[in-house]
Amino acid sequence: MTLNAILITGRTINQGATIENKTSLDYQEATALCELNSKDIGILGIKPGSQISVKTDHGDVVVKLKENNGNPDGMAFIPMGPWANAVVDPDTKGCGMPGFKGIKARLEPTDKKILSMKDLIARYK
Amino acid sequence: MELLIKNGAVVDPVNGNKGDKTDISIKDGKIVKTVSSKATIIDAGGRLVMAGGVDAHSHIAGAKVNVGRMMRPEDSRSGISPRTKITRPCTGYTVPNVYAMGYRYAQMGYTTVFEAAQAIMKARHTHEELEEIPIIDKGALTLFGSNWPTMDFVREKDMDKLAAYVSWGLLASRGFGVKCVNPGGGEMWGFGKNVTGIDDVVPGFDVTPKEIIVSLMKVNEMLGLPHSVHLHCNNLGNPGNYKTTLASMELANQVKASKKRQVMHVTHLLFNSWGGTNWGDFESKADEVANFLNNHKNVTGDMGQMIFGSATTMTADGPKQYANAKLLHAKWSNGDVELEDASGVVPIYYVKQISVHAIMWAIGLELALLTKDPYQMLLTTDHPNGGPFVNYSEVIALLMSNKKRQEEIKTVHEAVHAKNKLPGLDRELDFSEIAIMTRAGTAKVLGLLDTKGHLGVGADADISIYDIKPDQIDPTVEHAKIKSAFSSAAYTIKGGNVVVKDGQITATPLGRTYWVDAKVPQQHHDEMMKDIVKKFKNYYSMQLANYMVQDEYLTHQQVVKAGIIPAEVN
Amino acid sequence: MTVITDALCPFCGCLCDDLTIVVENNKITDIKNACKLGSAKIMGHHRIEAPMMRADKKSEFKEVSYDEAINEAASILFKSKRPLMYGWASAVCEVHKKGILLAEEVGAIIDNTATVCHAPSTLAVHEKGLPTATLGQVKNRSDVVVFWGSNPVHAHPRHMGRYSVFAKGFFQEKGRKGRKVIVVDVRKTETASMADEFVQVQQGSDYLVISALRAILSGHADVVPESVGGVTKEQLSKLVDTLKAAKFGAVFFGMGLTQSISRYKNIDNAISLITELNAYTKYVITPMRGHYNVTGFGQVCSWETGFATAVDFARGAPYYNPGETAANDVLMRKETDAAMIIAGDAGAHFPADSVRHLARIPVVQIDPYWNPTTEVSNVVIPVAICGVEVEGTAYRMDGVSMRMRKMIEPTLPTDVEILEKITQRVRELRGE
Repeated sequence: MTLNAILITGRTINQGATIENKTSLDYQEATALCELNSKDIGILGIKPGSQISVKTDHGDVVVKLKENNGNPDGMAFIPMGPWANAVVDPDTKGCGMPGFKGIKARLEPTDKKILSMKDLIARYK
Repeated sequence: MELLIKNGAVVDPVNGNKGDKTDISIKDGKIVKTVSSKATIIDAGGRLVMAGGVDAHSHIAGAKVNVGRMMRPEDSRSGISPRTKITRPCTGYTVPNVYAMGYRYAQMGYTTVFEAAQAIMKARHTHEELEEIPIIDKGALTLFGSNWPTMDFVREKDMDKLAAYVSWGLLASRGFGVKCVNPGGGEMWGFGKNVTGIDDVVPGFDVTPKEIIVSLMKVNEMLGLPHSVHLHCNNLGNPGNYKTTLASMELANQVKASKKRQVMHVTHLLFNSWGGTNWGDFESKADEVANFLNNHKNVTGDMGQMIFGSATTMTADGPKQYANAKLLHAKWSNGDVELEDASGVVPIYYVKQISVHAIMWAIGLELALLTKDPYQMLLTTDHPNGGPFVNYSEVIALLMSNKKRQEEIKTVHEAVHAKNKLPGLDRELDFSEIAIMTRAGTAKVLGLLDTKGHLGVGADADISIYDIKPDQIDPTVEHAKIKSAFSSAAYTIKGGNVVVKDGQITATPLGRTYWVDAKVPQQHHDEMMKDIVKKFKNYYSMQLANYMVQDEYLTHQQVVKAGIIPAEVN
Repeated sequence: MTVITDALCPFCGCLCDDLTIVVENNKITDIKNACKLGSAKIMGHHRIEAPMMRADKKSEFKEVSYDEAINEAASILFKSKRPLMYGWASAVCEVHKKGILLAEEVGAIIDNTATVCHAPSTLAVHEKGLPTATLGQVKNRSDVVVFWGSNPVHAHPRHMGRYSVFAKGFFQEKGRKGRKVIVVDVRKTETASMADEFVQVQQGSDYLVISALRAILSGHADVVPESVGGVTKEQLSKLVDTLKAAKFGAVFFGMGLTQSISRYKNIDNAISLITELNAYTKYVITPMRGHYNVTGFGQVCSWETGFATAVDFARGAPYYNPGETAANDVLMRKETDAAMIIAGDAGAHFPADSVRHLARIPVVQIDPYWNPTTEVSNVVIPVAICGVEVEGTAYRMDGVSMRMRKMIEPTLPTDVEILEKITQRVRELRGE
């Protein structure tokens, strides 16, 4: 199933605790994930911990699904970092700040692998 | 290095020189009796020579100045000049960047400038900026008027502890003197309130502004600090405030000066000499304030002259700044500092056709013209509150020429005829009086007359040469030439180095930062610190161990020693 | 064994200065008082051990000497027509000063991490000013505390304990019990779970909600519809009453406002609300700054150039116009032809398009750690860690500056040393 959601990105404590260690698996575990509430997870029909594909007008990325029932329906949260930034809106709207929050996203289950930080950045070379 | 300035028309009131041709010898940064034949010679060619300018009250560095820059990119965009081989880029008019601060003062012939207010907790920031202001010598006055320890010790009537606190606060902030802004009001602004006069009781501390002012004067003299208490009166900027100002100045009689200087300096009197009860009946009471000064030698003041155009008001007087922002519908920054003081920054544009602004402009000039002794009324614009310091030459020209004043009066709101005495004042200051208001007087008020503000042997070799020949010019008529000359020195010499020639920066040595190391008996210090330790444990948001400004922030320091003196002080 | 007390934490804008650090044989063995974020940074991670270079970004790095790396870095900046120098937030102010001088000399654009954080707040301050206070004012006086689009439990873990929610003070002896805590956010965060009141706004509706609050505050509740941005009029009216009833209110805002649609206009509106509340009682507003010294870069850049960030020195004099001169603007326009990334990680924290452009141009990285920026770099110069191995000045989120202590001796050169050498080399290349 596909879920249309509004994507926001931001800090988390685990993202912060691994921010100076971005080659580590800990960092990937902390940031290559997407949080949805259980109702939305139910719509997708997969379990937390499964891979999920996040597509926006600006890119796509595969991350791990995580439950967060603080999210309202239709809201996806990815911790700030290279996985989130693969899909955020680069437009600075004339004031220098890209669109890190409020991006329309299409979420669906996937079998694709979560790219490592190195492989993710290698896509840009 | 030796330098000889020949053929200068030297105006040096401290040494009785009124423009006679006198040679000035310089060696190793000081003025000496004679130099050898190897000395580099500057031929002044009969032009005006004065000691380097000294500014006793200007907002040049620190938190609120930088807030001004951050909230006013439109100001930074004025006055932009690119880097050169010698100079860093310059920006700003009312809130210049650090480089422009130093260059522009030097270009006017000024060599020493004192930042008028720093909270101890934010003093490290002040010194970071001072360290980057090139050329000029500088220092900063430290705020004590709403500090919790100050108010506690005043309430306890414990002058030993208060003296110990001031001594420690000056060390912690590497400050030069005691600044007292709207005493008590800074604390009350913590809850959005203010005092209305010098007899209001500050809630939670049970002291009045009057008690704070008198106590700070007492300990200032106990400590024998070079400068006196530097007071920004309560009620600043309110119509009718001249009564508060007079009542505050009257307090000076309760304390005897420990040195040959005033016991109280009341700053930017333009903003404190207001009559009337509202903006409608607003009028000048500069005559009353000047009259007080003429009869009381123990008090000095400075003008805080207003300059038409853009200004940025910035002061520890937080409540006044909120009121200003509301009145002007202007953007407003506020910067309360825990346990210490308040502050606010608000841009303003002074307009000739606004009656209140025109009256204010005239008040500043009246203060200078009605105060008989120029040693009692220093030239300032309270930069950048009344206007940017680069306009000092305009103020000098106005004070020297009634013709210029009358020309100006024709262009401003007619209210000045009814509300001010200025139109009828024909006093015209001479070069000696200007030298006092900008050099000798400021140095004396600061307590630095031994090395600053004059050209006698032993003084710092801080010298300005202006492109006017006093014996060939009539300043009362040729005021445009006066303004032009004082805005751009022919030479500025700082510590024996030529730093400006023909108005252009030629070298950018780093000046020194003055601060006062005032000792108190160890026992008083230890007692006082018990209270301070408690305050850090319970109320400050930082550790005592990280509070004091470290030596790293004073790479070129000039320490002035002071401390408890044996003489009886009442 | 050495014990360092009252040490400063080099992680977030709280700049906690009460850490105790135990050092044995130049290794940190224990930390007291630090949160998870601070501990993780101070205890350290894998470091880049030697300078590295490569011509082709798809090939592997080769270790080189510091001199070689510095010469190449200088050469890249010297040859560049439109260099970008970005980062700075994880370095002390002494580094910023050297960086701004170098930017002047090579005519670079210099921008810091605020560009993806609180730079919109600076734009709002240009419009409205910033009525704020030191954090101790909040601790001693506040009885209403609002977190708007900020999540201190995750991003500033000790903020609530030291300064805002639980802290006891002179006029606020009860701490948490004496305060109303309000959280405004689009999702129920851990911070929201601790609040007395949670106001859940629809994503992107903050501007509307603030406008509604201002309308109610100014006596125009009649123009406010029954629901604004997902919040009922009833809750908004109640919120205004709570805000007005405070003796001292403090609002702390974060990326929820700066990064949502409307960007700086959200903050502009919030500052107006605070200013208007001051007609009733005392209110202050403070941005929750991320890196421990991101505030410091804004301070240094302001006093040296007149502008807080995004300063373009192409003309020899500072030119500032975020939207045109901010890091992502020039990268997105593919205008930058070389970049130096220092004490910040554009590779991780910029949108893909910006990183794509970085991958196409010569990039110099100066940083202790291997990160996504390393992946797109040609020259990598590892340095000592400011605030752990290097002392210097940092500015807390409220503008209070403190001196970071050196906890252990560095084994690598400092940022200041590297920047001085690059500057010297650039001057040599220019024949000066």
